[in-house]
Amino acid sequence: MSEAREEILASIRRSLNRSRLDAARETELRERVAVHRRNLVPARAAALDDPGRVDLFVAMAEEVQATVARVSSPTAVPEAVARYLAAENLPADLVLAPDPSLDDLRWDARPLLRIRRGRAEAIDAVSLTPCFAAIAETGTLMLISGAVTPTTLNFLPDTHIVVVNANQVVATYEDGWDRLRTGGGMPRAINFITGPSRTGDIEQRIELGAHGPRRLHIILVDDPQKAGDGENK
Amino acid sequence: MRIALFVTCLVDFFRPTIGFAAVKLLQEAGCTVEVPRAQTCCGQPAYNSGDRADAKAIAMQVLDAFEGYDHVVAPSGSCAGMIRRHYPELFADDPAVLPRAQRLAARSWELVSFLVDVCRVHAVAARWDREVTYHDACSGLRELGVRDQPRRLLASVGGLTLRELPGAETCCGFGGTFCIKYPDISDKMVNDKEAEIVATGAEAVLAGDLGCLLNIAGKLHRRGRWIEVRHVAEVLARMTEEVPPIGAPR
Amino acid sequence: MLRGKGMLATSGTFEANARAGLANDNLQRALALMRSGFPQRRRLAVERLPEFEALREIGKSIKDHTLEHLDFYLELFEENVLASGGQVHWARTPEEACGAVLAICRSVDARLVTKGKSMIAEEVGLNEYLEKNGITTVETDLGEYIIQLRHEPPSHLIAPAIHLMKEQVADTFRAEHRTLDPERSLAEARQLCDEARAVLRPRFLAADVGITGANFLVAETGSSIIVTNEGNGDLTQTLPRVHIVMTSLEKLVPTLEDATTLLRLLARSATGQEFSSYTTVSTGPRQPDDLDGPEQYHVVLLDNGRSALLASEFQDMLRCIRCSACMNHCPVYAAVGGHAYGWVYSGPMGAVLTPSLIGIAEAGHLPNASTFCGQCENVCPVKIPLPKMMRHWREREFADKLNPPVYRSGLSLWAWVARRPALYHALVELASRALGWLGRGRGRFRTLPFANGWTAVRDLPAPEGRSFHSLWAERRKGGTGK
Repeated sequence: MSEAREEILASIRRSLNRSRLDAARETELRERVAVHRRNLVPARAAALDDPGRVDLFVAMAEEVQATVARVSSPTAVPEAVARYLAAENLPADLVLAPDPSLDDLRWDARPLLRIRRGRAEAIDAVSLTPCFAAIAETGTLMLISGAVTPTTLNFLPDTHIVVVNANQVVATYEDGWDRLRTGGGMPRAINFITGPSRTGDIEQRIELGAHGPRRLHIILVDDPQKAGDGENK
Repeated sequence: MRIALFVTCLVDFFRPTIGFAAVKLLQEAGCTVEVPRAQTCCGQPAYNSGDRADAKAIAMQVLDAFEGYDHVVAPSGSCAGMIRRHYPELFADDPAVLPRAQRLAARSWELVSFLVDVCRVHAVAARWDREVTYHDACSGLRELGVRDQPRRLLASVGGLTLRELPGAETCCGFGGTFCIKYPDISDKMVNDKEAEIVATGAEAVLAGDLGCLLNIAGKLHRRGRWIEVRHVAEVLARMTEEVPPIGAPR
Repeated sequence: MLRGKGMLATSGTFEANARAGLANDNLQRALALMRSGFPQRRRLAVERLPEFEALREIGKSIKDHTLEHLDFYLELFEENVLASGGQVHWARTPEEACGAVLAICRSVDARLVTKGKSMIAEEVGLNEYLEKNGITTVETDLGEYIIQLRHEPPSHLIAPAIHLMKEQVADTFRAEHRTLDPERSLAEARQLCDEARAVLRPRFLAADVGITGANFLVAETGSSIIVTNEGNGDLTQTLPRVHIVMTSLEKLVPTLEDATTLLRLLARSATGQEFSSYTTVSTGPRQPDDLDGPEQYHVVLLDNGRSALLASEFQDMLRCIRCSACMNHCPVYAAVGGHAYGWVYSGPMGAVLTPSLIGIAEAGHLPNASTFCGQCENVCPVKIPLPKMMRHWREREFADKLNPPVYRSGLSLWAWVARRPALYHALVELASRALGWLGRGRGRFRTLPFANGWTAVRDLPAPEGRSFHSLWAERRKGGTGK
């Protein structure tokens, strides 16, 4: 296929009426990429303080039919999960991302929850994952694939529960990219998830749960450091 | 100000009253108005058909005929848009002519927006007791930004109530040669426009372009709807008694 | 030769196609739903983002910059795809693209391929090609799945089955899903969605290869980005052993930040959403410690005439981000539907792109079937001057003498007379007197010789009976000055 490659590149250069860019220009362009300057960023979320950003994230997420439960500390998460599953009349079986941040939660306080850890399989109805960041601008979750965060958890089960810590809420996508770039290389997949799966393909009528999860439930931990208990309602 | 009127081929042939209404409005706004004799067409039919050579030749004639005036005004967004937006494009590769084209373009206007934006006319002393709806002709709207100006002047006409047309900004299906080349599609578009006009319950429909008005009037009358169709200039210039509505018997 | 034709086109019979569309009651009902849906939603989304206009200009300049340096960014993109463990296949023509995909499939002994929506795959006729070579391909986007069952091409850029009413979908499901209970109800969209979900789930799980398109390619990281709502694109690329991205040269943008700017424009312009349900950035195959993901990641980069558009009068078309705003707002599309355009791409963007990919001789009607109302350009998130480029196609046709002779001579005659004002004025005065006299009683004509195109469906108002210029000359002589 390299003949095709050469011919395509040659065709491009012929159209642009030049030969290959010189070394100086190439360096300039590489610099431009390396700097990856932000373009205009909407003020909507950027101008807010921390609590404002979190409130905006919740409002935008709820607008697209995600449900949000706010809890005051990480220890309240298992109970919040149990309550959600009961309220939705779902069986108490879930598959967790094998992420240490989730392992640290007190699942032993909820022995009736049957928990598996790993990637999702066809039989899994409910998954629970952490997120990498939460974008306030549009109520979007940013999840990345990795050793402890398999992508299938985000798409195979009917119900996807995501634990978000308040300090993971950022204003904009650009803030998300900044966080990602501090960590190392690109993951295989970055999923920006805004609400549950949907389609409008039949008479323009929006139906949830096309192929991905029908339900997206967000458990927002207001104070991730707090070792207390109880739910913030 | 010394104004040259660009009559437009449709006004010249079908409805001179619109031209006289334009002259009247301009004179009342304090302009002197001349009508260069050596004008025929703006060249848009040729231009839109891909015939640049003929379009340029006709445009050259316009450049010559309209040299030396303060402004050129047309009772049509379509023709004014051709001169203002497309003449510079037409002569983009012609450095000898381009400056003239740009100068003419900068001085060329659709009638109602000229009155409001340049002459600062914000009201007319007219009266017309009608419930009226208004269709925004595409070129005027999207090429020249004509939208608020006719509404502003219509608001000053005594006895006139404006009912906004849903889909006022949707094309009526005229499109110059389009209505002849694709009559079935054009028919569908003007059918939709007719239904929307009728649904407003208005007694009259106005617009700033005779092409749209001929199309709309023709469809209304074919369907037996006796809604008055006029050019907005006729109403603003108090000339509705002088000529029956478009397509109506004399 | 960097061009070829995959999917067969019927653009040459546009007029008949259009007539069929106008007469199709189901289609007309479906189009009415579209017209009352998309434009309103887009407007609300745009109103909600004060920076939208500014972003359009920035999006345009990102794309223009990339196109001007496309060779550089393609090489950088390839470099980064390779660095992340992926592979790039350059395809000049549909044949090469299909061949590349087949070779990959054969290399893993693939029997079943699932597909997320890819217009490039439509363009090159991939499904038919793979089927011919013994590989089953299953569309997974709900709209694409429906039209695959019906053996129809897509009729819209993002909602391929938009031309169908739900009863038609139900009929198709009943006919094709024969193992299911014939008594089941399929009256509601909910039921149709649930059935599609259930039928397609096993296919996702069994697929050997998953093929998606790409809305954007990011040179900085060697990534591809898909923008979906259903989740099918993600299941397609995550579950099988191999992920193939079918895409084309002009999808490239320099950085993740550049992609982000365009993503802010895309969903709002397309469906009026703030962001799609799933926007996924994919980079290379699964990494050593990953628990899932494809083992192979391939990008098939198609040219098929695009490199030739650079620096031509059609270059702006390469900015297109495939949002569909243009066709959602087009009165011609709303009248005849997408199938009338006869190929992969419909509406205004199809009217400009199709002739460049299959030739103006075959696709000539498309850029002609427009009033130049300008609404498409008005709503295009990257400010493509669509009417201008349609006019350029008309110029090419005129230069190549592809118009009907009657039309050309009519135009020539008009122009000839228009350049002789004295003759013109005399003729106009004569004709307006004659026609004005003929129509003096009724004020309009129900029929008129040579004007059948007009009078077949509408009356022609009669002229007043004198030309403006002759009246003006008279009144000036008469000293009234009016």
